[in-house]
Amino acid sequence: MHPFTLERPRDLSAAIALGARTGRNDAATEYIAGGTDMLQLLQENVRRPDRLVALAGLLDRDIDAGSERLRIGAGSTMAEVAAHPQVAKDYPLIAEALLNSASPQVRNQATIGGNLLQRTRCPYFRDVGYAQCNKRAPGSGCAAIGGENRWHAVLGTSNACIAAHASDLAVALVALDATLEVRGTGRQRTVAVADFHRLPGSTPHIETVLDVGEVIAAVEIPRRATARQCAYVKVRDRASFAHHPIGVYDGLSPAVAGAAVGCYLTACPDYAGEPRAGGAAHDALRNDAAQPPAAAGVGHGH
Amino acid sequence: MVDFDAKRRELLKVTAATGGALAAAPLLTESTPAAAAEPAGANEAVDVVLRVNGSEQRLTLDTRTTLLDALREHLHLTGTKKGCGLGQCGACTVLIDGKRMKSCLSLAALVDGREVTTIEGLAQGAELHPLQAAFIERDAFQCGYCTSGQIMAGVACIREGHAGSPAEIREWMSGNICRCGAYDHIVAAIGDAARVASSTGKT
Repeated sequence: MHPFTLERPRDLSAAIALGARTGRNDAATEYIAGGTDMLQLLQENVRRPDRLVALAGLLDRDIDAGSERLRIGAGSTMAEVAAHPQVAKDYPLIAEALLNSASPQVRNQATIGGNLLQRTRCPYFRDVGYAQCNKRAPGSGCAAIGGENRWHAVLGTSNACIAAHASDLAVALVALDATLEVRGTGRQRTVAVADFHRLPGSTPHIETVLDVGEVIAAVEIPRRATARQCAYVKVRDRASFAHHPIGVYDGLSPAVAGAAVGCYLTACPDYAGEPRAGGAAHDALRNDAAQPPAAAGVGHGH
Repeated sequence: MVDFDAKRRELLKVTAATGGALAAAPLLTESTPAAAAEPAGANEAVDVVLRVNGSEQRLTLDTRTTLLDALREHLHLTGTKKGCGLGQCGACTVLIDGKRMKSCLSLAALVDGREVTTIEGLAQGAELHPLQAAFIERDAFQCGYCTSGQIMAGVACIREGHAGSPAEIREWMSGNICRCGAYDHIVAAIGDAARVASSTGKT
């Protein structure tokens, strides 16, 4: 592990002032929150920052389920959000996406903000034994193109990178039209989750729209009756604790229930370089007047 | 036990250094501290207060030290095992503020002031924790390397209320891998201890 200094600022403003950058391998200063992904990257020498800025204890951990929207402080753990009774009842897509992620231990450690900023599971990115990775070393090439790439993206790829995004939660949030509260030096802004992650294009080493110092402070999800009718379906090689080749949300409406397979293919495949949503199911989800799903209990957790 | 373990590790270091155990060298992650492989930089040391099994421990650690390495290498609590070091196997599971976590994915400096419980802190004197007793009764291990992590995760699984059926136990124990394949017995032991917990109120 590369040596680093560890900053433990007294509050979020002090942390932001230290100029950390997330999700870029050329950043000398990076944030660490729950640390579950960062420790793996550090141990494998995939990340070699000179300085880490700890967000532990500085981020909002409140989960506020109001009549208009659900607000989740970015410091909340995956386990806390998944176990929240109103999240499970009114936003099953979020609870199921979280419970289909990682392991119980990691869910107790990992934060919601960090989940959205986790790096790709592309094995070539995570193994520095491969010199070619445009995400790790811009301009070096892509070992995954032409390599073992069953786990890689089909949509949203480029000639520079075919890495898939790893977050199940991000898929659910895109489907639910969630926004992020982003805080930086002297300013706060709102970014749609759908606009937060960048497609790889010719710059796969720049993964999000965050500027220097900016952190995700909270996630907000608009409240809709249709959100209760959604399920998160994850296709993977074993029943638990595995990353997905394909994850979809299933917001079945009568219009698409008759073509469930089509729904899977068009609704929200995140075998993509960024979390995606689209198609008839997503339109139905946005429509509060949509009928209850004609097909229920489709493949939970599988 | 601690003394024996320390001697065993010293012996392994010597044999590795003399080339006598080269094939086993990848297993000896504990004999090559992270700091030794990299040049020392400035301001790398941090003062940390760890509260482990009810006692306060003041340490000065390299910033890179994980909670797992702090427990094993600095506090000589070697019951917590290092398997993959990447959060995938669960052998390093401990409780932090009562919740199960992977100590290999935690920087020790960021656990400062929090309450850590390891396998060494589970028994009450000579009386084993009900899940420890159940593991013996059910023969829920072969080589034993994953066992302390399985037991710590199992204790949390029961306390969380996720041990209501074998299927539920399997799902909520998915973060702990047993390469001997003792899963049937592990699930049975956790089921037994969950029943003890519900009848006695003791978890």
